[in-house]
Amino acid sequence: MDKEIITVKDLTKTFNGLTAVDHISFSVQKTEIFGFLGPNGAGKSTTIKMLTTLLQPTSGSMLMNGHDPAEDPHKVRQTFGIVFQDPSLDDELTAYENMEFHCILYNVPKTIRRKRIEQLLKIVELWDRRKDLVKKFSGGMKRRLEIARGLLHHPKILFLDEPTLGLDPQTRNLIWLHIKELNKKEGITVFFTTHYMEEAERVAQRIAIIDHGRILTQGTPKQLKEKTRSQSLEDAFIKLTGRAIREEEATSTDRMRMRRRLFRR
Amino acid sequence: MKVIYILWLRQLKRYIRSKARIIGSLGQPLLFLVALGFGFGPIFQKAGQGNYIQFLAPGIIAMSIIFTAMFSGIEIIWDRQFGFLKETLVAPVSRLKIMVGRTLGGATVAVLQGIVVLLISLIAGFRPTNIPMIPLALVFMILVAILFTAIGTAIASLLDDMQGFHLIMTFVVMPVFFLSGALFPLDGLPRGVSIVASMNPLSYGVDGLRGTLIGVAHFGLATDLAVLIAVTAAFVAIGSYLFSKIQI
Ligand SMILES: Nc1ncnc2c1ncn2[C@@H]1O[C@H](COP(=O)(O)OP(=O)(O)OP(=O)(O)O)[C@@H](O)[C@H]1O
Ligand SMILES: [Mg+2]
Repeated sequence: MDKEIITVKDLTKTFNGLTAVDHISFSVQKTEIFGFLGPNGAGKSTTIKMLTTLLQPTSGSMLMNGHDPAEDPHKVRQTFGIVFQDPSLDDELTAYENMEFHCILYNVPKTIRRKRIEQLLKIVELWDRRKDLVKKFSGGMKRRLEIARGLLHHPKILFLDEPTLGLDPQTRNLIWLHIKELNKKEGITVFFTTHYMEEAERVAQRIAIIDHGRILTQGTPKQLKEKTRSQSLEDAFIKLTGRAIREEEATSTDRMRMRRRLFRR
Repeated sequence: MKVIYILWLRQLKRYIRSKARIIGSLGQPLLFLVALGFGFGPIFQKAGQGNYIQFLAPGIIAMSIIFTAMFSGIEIIWDRQFGFLKETLVAPVSRLKIMVGRTLGGATVAVLQGIVVLLISLIAGFRPTNIPMIPLALVFMILVAILFTAIGTAIASLLDDMQGFHLIMTFVVMPVFFLSGALFPLDGLPRGVSIVASMNPLSYGVDGLRGTLIGVAHFGLATDLAVLIAVTAAFVAIGSYLFSKIQI
């Protein structure tokens, strides 16, 4: 029986000599919540872009629900939804219009459209602001709207690239609660990256740690902690990569070392 | 169909909501009409070419259309920069539909703009001589609008930042406009300029507008229509192809 929904083998991407993703292999099981962790510049977003048909890989192979994103992008686009790391809203439209636009692109039936938009906008506490142009929103409000929009349709695979970065803990909890429910009720596979280690430990069923474009290790949070003899995932991460995950925690020598290592390649 | 409609609607909403863009894009044709129309009018008359406003107005209508249409096409660069493009590119919708929706939206805005400029030129003293031909004039406006939105899309698909925008304005839009016969008659030009003008698709748009609105055509209406249709079809195809190849 075929239980793998994402299969990646020797996937590589180079940008003019810089190897952003370096022969990575991993797989994600159906209905799993999979965490993809790594420091800044590790290659997480680049991997997601290749899986979601936005970038052509330099080499290697991928399968998303049985289709190759590089060969058959249209088929693959029918299987996933994504919340991007970078903004992707239309500032000149209102919050509601952005949501509606998404529903039409993803063919969400008219009968459930309104109800779902309302439900999600309420979860992210933007229902009262639905008629405001997005350009008038604060950064956190825009982020919340992005997430709400990404959850409008129910795909087979949901990509979340640092979904909750910069949000307050209460909103983060609400959002994750909703995502977990979707995962359980609709069997949606979730592939996410995050900078919050406790978040990863709490929600991810399996984790892969990537650094400098290479996967260092993968397994359940428990396995990773045992393997590195650490108390927390945060400690395990530091032992594996030699530094903390968050940019603000990385010292300048860390960053220099990182650059030098990239340079040498 | 719904997808094409929502993309079309988006272009319209964006246009209507940006007051600065509307005022700017109407101010420029108005300035050209007044400054050139009244400035060069006497010389034009003395040279035995008749009323310059009559001659100029179709050219200025074409100008407002290509500027607006090109801008709509090039807006892809903005959408890429501000990220919205990704949202449409990963959707389970063919890129052809996305391109068609955007192009129709941009073209609609450009045609509306052209109609407003036509109305303004009436105030400035322009008088179409053949009222029954106005629907055909509208066809020319639509073709020019689609053509230049598609050209804008094609170019913007190849560029990934805003730096390219000024290059396009300087090296594509301006030469295409100045060498199209929008401002001066194509008869009796030096050979080189004449050849360049006859290779410029906008020349046929301007000529078609002049032929329908004031009954004077250099190439002839049938030629104008045939050339425009062919070039528009070609650029819509090229634009769609390049758009479908965009990577982020
Ligand atoms: N379009 C591009 N052109 C050139 N280099 C790129 C491009 N996109 C990414 N890179 C480089 O590839 C590497 C990996 O980037 P990527 O965005 O995948 O990192 P990430 O793991 O998502 O990091 P972050 O945690 O900061 O989001 C970085 O060194 C980055 O500079
Ligand atoms: Mg990233």
